[in-house]
Amino acid sequence: MSAAGARRELPGRLVAVEGLDGSGKSTQVRLLHRWLDGLGLKVFFSEWNSSVLVKEATRKGKRRQLLTPTTFSLIHATDFADRYERQILPMLEAGYLVLCDRYMFTAFARDGMRGCDPGWLRRLYAFAHPPDITFYFRLPLETALGRILAGRPRLKWFEAGMDLGLSADPRESFRLFQGGVMAQYERMTDEFGFTVLDATRSIHRQQEVVRSIVAERLDLARFRQRRGR
Amino acid sequence: MSGKRCYGRPPAGVDPGGLRGALIVVEGPDASGRSTQIALLGEWLEERGYAVEQVGLKRSRLVAPTLDRAQEGNVLSPRTMTLFYATDFYDQLENRIVPALRGGYVVLADRYIYTLMARATVRGADPEWLRTLYSMALVPDAVVFLRVSAARLVERTLKARASLDYWESGMDLGLARSWYDSFVIYQRRIRAVYAELQREYGFEVVNGNRSVAAIQRDLRTRVCAVLADLFEGMDEGGGPDASG
Repeated sequence: MSAAGARRELPGRLVAVEGLDGSGKSTQVRLLHRWLDGLGLKVFFSEWNSSVLVKEATRKGKRRQLLTPTTFSLIHATDFADRYERQILPMLEAGYLVLCDRYMFTAFARDGMRGCDPGWLRRLYAFAHPPDITFYFRLPLETALGRILAGRPRLKWFEAGMDLGLSADPRESFRLFQGGVMAQYERMTDEFGFTVLDATRSIHRQQEVVRSIVAERLDLARFRQRRGR
Repeated sequence: MSGKRCYGRPPAGVDPGGLRGALIVVEGPDASGRSTQIALLGEWLEERGYAVEQVGLKRSRLVAPTLDRAQEGNVLSPRTMTLFYATDFYDQLENRIVPALRGGYVVLADRYIYTLMARATVRGADPEWLRTLYSMALVPDAVVFLRVSAARLVERTLKARASLDYWESGMDLGLARSWYDSFVIYQRRIRAVYAELQREYGFEVVNGNRSVAAIQRDLRTRVCAVLADLFEGMDEGGGPDASG
């Protein structure tokens, strides 16, 4: 359970996608997963905020609006640690390609926007391996907002950042909150060496770029499944 | 006027400088007599006209039920467990301790970050990481540690429950097959960590191997001194409830 100290070379590789809601990153990672699967490689996919055990507490806290910026951050860190230690790390140790829809940078962006100390957040997540590639899907704020707001009559409380008291109107609050989250992502681009993608281009074109970068930066042949014995 | 501070930066949105009550922490292992002592202390303080709020570990509405379930199944990694406990701690800090202190209450905490740090440390947590995790905790006005010998702890635990607790025996660590042996080894390790924490955070140690009344006398003396320091001269300024 040591922090940054014991960072050792693992046989697996880690690819994360990050970006605003509506940036299309989930679609892109799903298509990447399809492709890698089709190549017969050992791939594992993990999604932010999906640990079964922690989910119940998260849901309850969100429904009852019980969470402060600190507990909001910690409950997501708990979820992440559970998935990391039970799935992500063992998969990396077993030599898998691990794909993550959102990684610790989501916490840095959202919790940072909520007022949590950036240094504290980075030390909190120091136990986790940094990704080998982090794709950041960049697009203008208005485009992201349009994509989300168009298909959604109602926004959830925390999704809209209503806990921050930015505005009494959920749509306006969402706008301000997402703007802040985006500024946080932009600041992290250099800090963590994100691979930036233009998320305004067609899904197909973006996926071509994603696949070529993955093929170039990772030695995919190493991840072939062993066939029957 | 007192005002408090945190070990590191305060949690987002919390101003420790504006807190006036008293935060008194009683630490000690299970079966050290903590709960009895805190109950007595609470009654005594209320008799003397102080409003008291009691808090403890694993009492938050947010995560306590999930934690209980997870512990039964023993399925969480030590780090996940530590983060769950930290969520529980900060939930109570922000939703109970801070509001009570703002209102001028005496908050009696049945254990605090030190127990959480000790448990995580014996399970291999990085000490620096733990200090970061709990750096937003308020610095208490007093921390009293009830020190009880291991032999006495076993005796009391068995007498009270006729069995040893899985977690308090450190059975998850695989220290020994026998619960009794494991309990003794685990408590010894915990005690060594407490000793380090005591030096670092400056607890006051009270000998818990004595009668309930004798321990209570010590605690009251200590609490009186803290309250005198904190509340002296406050009443001329309008009293603890003046600004609600």
